[in-house]
Amino acid sequence: MPQMNADPLQDPALLRRLLRAKDRMDAASHEAWPVQRLAEVSGVSQAHFARSFKQAFGIPPHRYLLTRRIEQATTLLRDTELSITEIAFATGWESLGTFGRTFHDITGCSPSALRHEARGKVQQLDRVPACVLKAAQRPDLTIAVLEKRRRKAKGTTPPSTKEVQ
Amino acid sequence: MNQGINVVGLYVDNQDEALAFYVGKLGFRVHTDVRNGPYRWLTVQHPDQPSFQLGLFMPGPPIHDEATARTLLAMVAKGAMPPLVLEVADCRARYAELRERGVEFTQEPVERFGSFDAGFRDPAGNGWKMIQAPKNAA
Repeated sequence: MPQMNADPLQDPALLRRLLRAKDRMDAASHEAWPVQRLAEVSGVSQAHFARSFKQAFGIPPHRYLLTRRIEQATTLLRDTELSITEIAFATGWESLGTFGRTFHDITGCSPSALRHEARGKVQQLDRVPACVLKAAQRPDLTIAVLEKRRRKAKGTTPPSTKEVQ
Repeated sequence: MNQGINVVGLYVDNQDEALAFYVGKLGFRVHTDVRNGPYRWLTVQHPDQPSFQLGLFMPGPPIHDEATARTLLAMVAKGAMPPLVLEVADCRARYAELRERGVEFTQEPVERFGSFDAGFRDPAGNGWKMIQAPKNAA
C-alpha cells in the first residue's frame, strides 16, 4: 500500500519484519548493527529502514541498540564479578571512556556506582521471570543521548533521577 | 468440576499458520476447531495441561471492524502483546529440538541463578519465554 501520512498504521507484515531486526539486536546487542545489516534482516531498503523502525517502535534503531547495551551492562554489573572494562567490551563498546560517559548520561550514575547500589538493594523481584524483569529495567531513552547531555550542561533538566525502579 | 482459568487467547494473523506452529512445532494438541461462516474458534492445549486452552484467534468481523482488526494485528506484529511463559523441564534440550523444527528463537538459553530461559516468537509475533526453574525451586 502507498506511504501515507494519513494512515499511521504500518502494514503488519512489514512490522513483523521490523520486529525481527529488533529481536536480532536484542539477541546480539554487543555486535555492530549497521543500517545495511538491519535493513537486510527486515527486507526493506536502507533508505526506508530507519524511518520505518522509528515509526514502528518510537525510537531510532541505533538509540534502541544503545538502550539494550546499557540494559545488558546493568545486568552484568549487578549479577557478575566482571570488571567494568570487561563489561564495556562485552556489551559492544569500543572504548571504556565512551562506555562510562554514555552510561552516566543515560542512567545518571557511573557503572561502579550502579554496581554498588544494585548490590545493596534487597531484591523483591525474584518472582518475576528474569528475562521479563531485565527488559522492564531497560532505560527509557526518549531523547538522544547528546540532547540529554546538552540539556544537563545547560541545567535545563532536574538532576538526573534514576530511570529504572 | 475444577474451577479456574479455562481459556486465554492470543491474536494471530493466520490461524492455519498458528495451528501448524503450535501443534506441528511446539507439540500442542487441538482442543476445539469450529467454524461459523468466516469465524473460527480454535483452541489448543499443552499435552500436560488438559484443563487449560490457549485460543488462537484471528481479529476481524464480526467481532472487530476492519480498522480495529488491523490495529490488533499491527500490535501483535510489532511484538507489543504481553509476554507468554512456557515452563519446560530442560530448556537447552527443548531449545535444540524446537530450533531444529524451525522455531524462530529470539534468545538462546541463558542461565541465571540456576534457572534457564530462552525466547521465541510465533509466526504472528507473539513472544514466548521458555523457562526452566532452578532445581531447588519449590
